[in-house]
Amino acid sequence: MALFKDIMETVRMIDKENLDIRTTTMGISLLDCIDHDPHKSQTRIYDKITHSAEHLVEEADKIASEIGIPIVNKRISVTPMALIAGATDLKNYAPFAETLDRAAAEVGVNYIGGFSALVPKGATKADNILIQSIPEALASTEHVCASVNIGSTKAGINMDCVKLMGHIVKQCAELTKDNESVGASKLVVFCNAVEDNPFMAGAFHGVGQPDKVLHVGVSGPGVVKVALEKNQHATMDELAEIIKKTAFKITRAGQFVGTTVAKRLNIPFGILDLSLAPTPAIGDSVARIIEEMGIQHCGGPGTTAALAMLNDAVKKGGIMASTSVGGLSGAFIPVSEDEGMISAARNGHITIEKLEAMTCVCSVGLDMIAIPGDTPDDTISAIIADEAAIGMVNNKTTACRLIPAIGKTVGDEVTYGGLFGSAPVMPVNLSDASVFVNRGGKIPAPIHSFKN
Amino acid sequence: MRAVVTVIGKDKIGVIYRVSEILSQSKVNIEDISQTILQDVFTMVMLVDLSKSNCQFSELKDRLDALGKEIGMTIRIQNEDIFNAMHTI
Repeated sequence: MALFKDIMETVRMIDKENLDIRTTTMGISLLDCIDHDPHKSQTRIYDKITHSAEHLVEEADKIASEIGIPIVNKRISVTPMALIAGATDLKNYAPFAETLDRAAAEVGVNYIGGFSALVPKGATKADNILIQSIPEALASTEHVCASVNIGSTKAGINMDCVKLMGHIVKQCAELTKDNESVGASKLVVFCNAVEDNPFMAGAFHGVGQPDKVLHVGVSGPGVVKVALEKNQHATMDELAEIIKKTAFKITRAGQFVGTTVAKRLNIPFGILDLSLAPTPAIGDSVARIIEEMGIQHCGGPGTTAALAMLNDAVKKGGIMASTSVGGLSGAFIPVSEDEGMISAARNGHITIEKLEAMTCVCSVGLDMIAIPGDTPDDTISAIIADEAAIGMVNNKTTACRLIPAIGKTVGDEVTYGGLFGSAPVMPVNLSDASVFVNRGGKIPAPIHSFKN
Repeated sequence: MRAVVTVIGKDKIGVIYRVSEILSQSKVNIEDISQTILQDVFTMVMLVDLSKSNCQFSELKDRLDALGKEIGMTIRIQNEDIFNAMHTI
């Protein structure tokens, strides 16, 4: 039997420190649902998802009850829809999103990701149709999430698509302006997207994945923060060691849940994403960990260094704990979903520029950031290009999930409630980038991508 | 399956009796038990074997939870494997 103190430590982590499993995400390949006839294809998609994930929620809930650790989200990722819908003659793929939405509702998951296109080197006709369909797809569905990969270290950045995405992000917000521009919160623009990410809104099931697979994403900022609170006078390397040990335990919990759910559903276990994923709940914040290290307000000088150490230590502890680490794996810094970030943004301690710097050392990017609703499309594109460049040059995943808050400006807030929290509208540098963005073409892959 | 029962709360007479009563009625065997009382906070950990149990895990969990509410303590039952996973290399 585990030691008395170990058992009580786990109980305390659950009771007082918000330890939970953030998500179990079932990846489902839809490649066998391709058909020239859109109705046939949509029927196959619906049937495959509802059949494959029939017991996902039930089994996850059962295991959560057995081990006493909540599994917050049950989700599904599917093959990038441009690859499936491209076989049809449709000029708008929103009906495919509606099919995904119905299937998600039927099996009881809260989000389904994969209304996606991968265009780092260029877009096919289907990719273009899908991207143009995103605003309508996200406005007309509740559970569907979309993503577009516009660059990679190997391919460079597709600037034609970057230009387009500024416009699409804005349209997503416009079409949902009566609902806090929520459409934009369900769209992620990636560089170096990973095909086994279990976290929304950017999850999709890559073509290199098996037919079905079960991924898990763990959390635990609260547990890390409490561990640091107990060591007020530790040096940074001592703090790193504490974070590693804590990450090990959190990861093991996730690994156990993932492998057990996969076994009971009789599908392979995929990866464990050991990201520190915050929520708006008090005591579940990445920003507060940084402040615990001695930065007065998250966003102040020292923040990037503190985050770099945190991110690295989480990975080292997690990699020791699981041989299946994948996905994004790092610390997330979504503004609206982190109580400490919301506070820092409200009080002007953190800016988009500082968040951009922070994304150089952690996963994943400029995430859940509300910007003024009248921000020009080209400015949004230029921010996306900056973030993609960080990912491309540093060989890491970066992403943008910007929410142009239509009808709102700096000082206002968008409020979603639940895990999505609320986002103070943050000021954007309005220096004109339109000439740069409208050049189009490609930013070539960096020199260090030529490794063969 | 083996599970760990933890009982935490203000110490009072008959806690072990009441918990053991439910376990016994459910044909759950107690294999190990340890407890401490620190500043009037009672903490007990039991290792139990459910292989001969006559009820579903969820049912047992609900009964322990109800007892916890009745006597003003927190009573949990969790699969032992999660503790082994988290605390052993």
